[in-house]
Amino acid sequence: MLPLTEKKIALTIKELESGLGRIRDLSISIGKVSSADWAEPDGPTPYPSLTSLRAWDRTLLSRYQPFYMPFCDLCCLCTYGKCDLTGTKKGACGITMPAQQSRTVLLSACIGAATHTSHARELVTYAIKKAGRDCPINPGGNAIGVEAPVIRLVCGEKPEILADLETVLDYCESQITSLLAVTHTGQEGDPLDFESKVLHAGMIDHVGMEVADLAQISALGYPKADPDAPLASLGMGTVDTTKPVILVIGHNVPPSVAIIDYLAHENLSDQVEVTGICCTSIDATRYSPRAKIIGPMSWQLRYIRSGIPDVIVVDEQCIRTDALKEAEAIHAPFIATSEKNCLGLPDRTNDTADAIVADLVGGKLAGVLILDPEKAGEVAVRVARTVAPARKNAHAPMDPAKIRELASECTQCKLCQRACPNDLKIPQGMKSAGLGEISLLAGLYEACVGCGRCEQACTKNIPVHSLIVAAAAERIKNEKFTIRTGRGAIQDIEIRNVGGPIVLGEIPGVVAFVGCANFANGGKEVAEMSVEFAKRRYIVCTSGCTAMSIGMYRDEEGKTPYEQFPGSFTAGGIVNVGSCVSNAHIAGATIKIASVFARRNLRGNYAEIADYVHNRVGAVGVAWGAMSQKAAAIAAGFWRLGIPVVVGPHGTKYRRMLLGRADHDADWYVHDQRTGDDVYAGPAPEHLFVAAETKEEAMVLIAKLCMRPNDTTRGRAMKLSNYIDLSQRYLGTIPDDVPRYVRTTADIPVTLKGEITRILAQSDWKERPIPDPTLLTRDKPSTPKER
Amino acid sequence: MTSAEPWQTAEIAGPKKASVITKPAVALAVIRKAQHPVLIVGHFAATIDIGEKKLVDYLLDLVRAQKIPVIATGHINRALKQRGFTGAVIMPAVVAGQRLVDPTWNGPDGKGPCDLAIIAGLPYPMTWTLLSGIKHFAPHIKTITLDNTCQPNANWSFANIPAKEWQENLEAIAINLKNGGQTDV
Repeated sequence: MLPLTEKKIALTIKELESGLGRIRDLSISIGKVSSADWAEPDGPTPYPSLTSLRAWDRTLLSRYQPFYMPFCDLCCLCTYGKCDLTGTKKGACGITMPAQQSRTVLLSACIGAATHTSHARELVTYAIKKAGRDCPINPGGNAIGVEAPVIRLVCGEKPEILADLETVLDYCESQITSLLAVTHTGQEGDPLDFESKVLHAGMIDHVGMEVADLAQISALGYPKADPDAPLASLGMGTVDTTKPVILVIGHNVPPSVAIIDYLAHENLSDQVEVTGICCTSIDATRYSPRAKIIGPMSWQLRYIRSGIPDVIVVDEQCIRTDALKEAEAIHAPFIATSEKNCLGLPDRTNDTADAIVADLVGGKLAGVLILDPEKAGEVAVRVARTVAPARKNAHAPMDPAKIRELASECTQCKLCQRACPNDLKIPQGMKSAGLGEISLLAGLYEACVGCGRCEQACTKNIPVHSLIVAAAAERIKNEKFTIRTGRGAIQDIEIRNVGGPIVLGEIPGVVAFVGCANFANGGKEVAEMSVEFAKRRYIVCTSGCTAMSIGMYRDEEGKTPYEQFPGSFTAGGIVNVGSCVSNAHIAGATIKIASVFARRNLRGNYAEIADYVHNRVGAVGVAWGAMSQKAAAIAAGFWRLGIPVVVGPHGTKYRRMLLGRADHDADWYVHDQRTGDDVYAGPAPEHLFVAAETKEEAMVLIAKLCMRPNDTTRGRAMKLSNYIDLSQRYLGTIPDDVPRYVRTTADIPVTLKGEITRILAQSDWKERPIPDPTLLTRDKPSTPKER
Repeated sequence: MTSAEPWQTAEIAGPKKASVITKPAVALAVIRKAQHPVLIVGHFAATIDIGEKKLVDYLLDLVRAQKIPVIATGHINRALKQRGFTGAVIMPAVVAGQRLVDPTWNGPDGKGPCDLAIIAGLPYPMTWTLLSGIKHFAPHIKTITLDNTCQPNANWSFANIPAKEWQENLEAIAINLKNGGQTDV
């Protein structure tokens, strides 16, 4: 037997006579993921190619058709162009506007998937170096049986050791290369085939994320599926500025780990503050809860300009590309640590730490590139300790007189407001501040996403962003919060406990707040939404910068949401899984419901499991301020699983929505596996990708999108109760589509019986069966559309 | 007619750009000419002060005078109800856009395909992208925005005008519609 797939060879010899002797039961595997003891049969689509799941994608996309909103009327990707694609015009290559939009979405999704997969490759290489190729993959000890649900589902493999993850990454990298090739001029031309490949990129992205987090959890001793993971400090106000302060920014944790290790090795852990922005800080707190999180990526300018950081260390992703310039402005030595982010700095990787420290401390160099995390860690600590004493008095905050002086130069041209992505009324704040009243300016702080475009627009070179931050100095001092460190995966026992209630609808939904909250007041809004749904006994999951934003608000008793609600995957929990790459655990939890609870086979069985999740698991993703390509890829991974995603108003810039037509009854039939009939199941869920204009609208949408055809009457009544209550509270009315979601009178919430019954009586509502739903038509070749 | 710059400086669209509403008569003519207009109103309409009133008050004057069906987006419906208007159809703005580009959709009132979308009170970038979708994929629909910021993807838009000029325009439109077109604008 010699099966050869991908880069893997598995050779089994039962019995062989040779000149050397007799060989019996010899088994040799090269580059093979160790899945030998996995009892599940092979599924239909292990390691799917670009088209293996095209039929499933088409099933989804026939229901949830793209509504394109071009963000630019032109194509400027090749030298034929620029081409005007307005309306029905075609480009020089023949491409249409819908195809061009899908193509751009695919490019975004490829960038996102490549970024996570490249990050995963770095982490696997690092983890193997640190813990060895045979280090077991261990996301939760005995609490986790299905250690890698996404990899099992997509690749049909059961990875056991770190080395197994390399083979998985080989697959991801090959797929991303092919997907990127699809966007070349003169390749794909059909919008829906582009969209199918977007979904493929998203699925690959989730595999890459799972690999990344499994590697770092296994090798670095992070919390392992721990609902009671420790609390960490969050906010600028938590920093002890009397100590040397190191700032780490980015997503790839090895330099942060090296800093923490060096401090521990030198017995300096309590003498230096390790602070971080963006996901690398989340992962630093998973490694050591002594590390402190400053805030989401939008805190970069404000924190650097505070002058507090004595040394700045950057790794990769979501780092301001002018971070070096900002560091120079506060005379903070700068260390870049990633090949993907060299910033023009001299490569000092092969120099001694002594020599690098001397050059940074002496001011010979403003920054260096060190592609060795351990060396970067040592240099960062030594430089911070050396330069800190002299820096502590060098950066006094801007005083009110200076704010007034600078603001008084404002000409009220409004170019700052016109440059602001959130249209903040900066000119009004500047006008008041120029007269000595800074409260309006300070009031902009919470809504500001810290992009600095206002300063680029100012014709008087006023440091607008710095003025807003200076005006809010008192508020910043009180940025003292807590966040539960990322717990990683969800335990099997948790899945067993909630699987039934979720699938039957009795836990009204799983709502995942992910990505960034980079939208005016976005941080506050995700905090409010998460608390609202936790109080309503939904399971609330979160990760990354949104997890930080949720922690930055307190209730009347002074508790952050992480102190108010448990961290377990249960009704009413707020579950911080970790950094961006930990999003895979949220997708993984939905997949594990199919496996651990419903006993479905995962092994290379994507379409069946996605169909299960889509029809039975009331999960919704929310990316309120999503702006990056990674967010696009993460969302696409959820879409392919049939999980709807809600974005904020800026999300319309992703160029298209995937929207259902609730008014087209024919779109909402499912196949009833019990009877063989096609049954109208209502628009559940109504959309796959939809932008909400306000948090109020988003909350009503979220509650609605949690409904699934499989809900029991009790579960549907509970979901309807939340949907109607939120609609009444925020929109002032009972939704007019309630009859579409009432299948039998038992679905009607008890407290609304009279009112809903009257509404049903006034419509053409008829009782209908509750199906055992599927969109797969293995025994019926027709598509839902044809029905 | 002249063009104008988009309110958000970088939001430059493409070759097909909005005509500027230079005086109320332009907007009036567009609205009067429509056989089946629809108003899409967003949540900012309840918070934007224009003189003594809110934007939503001017929009309701228009709606009542012309019997225009309304799509309420965001959470504006509460403000509409507070003003005694209960006939709005509630849907997200992007869903309204999706429906509008379907030439067979019979509008929020079910009386037939819309030929004019009047848009106001949504976040600027959302209006921009929504109008883009309609511009490219709904040749059967004209669009006009009544916000005071220039939207290049509309067929007609005000330039970036100050609040006072905006107020004068909206008042002139409302008075004219109330008077059945007898007022000189």
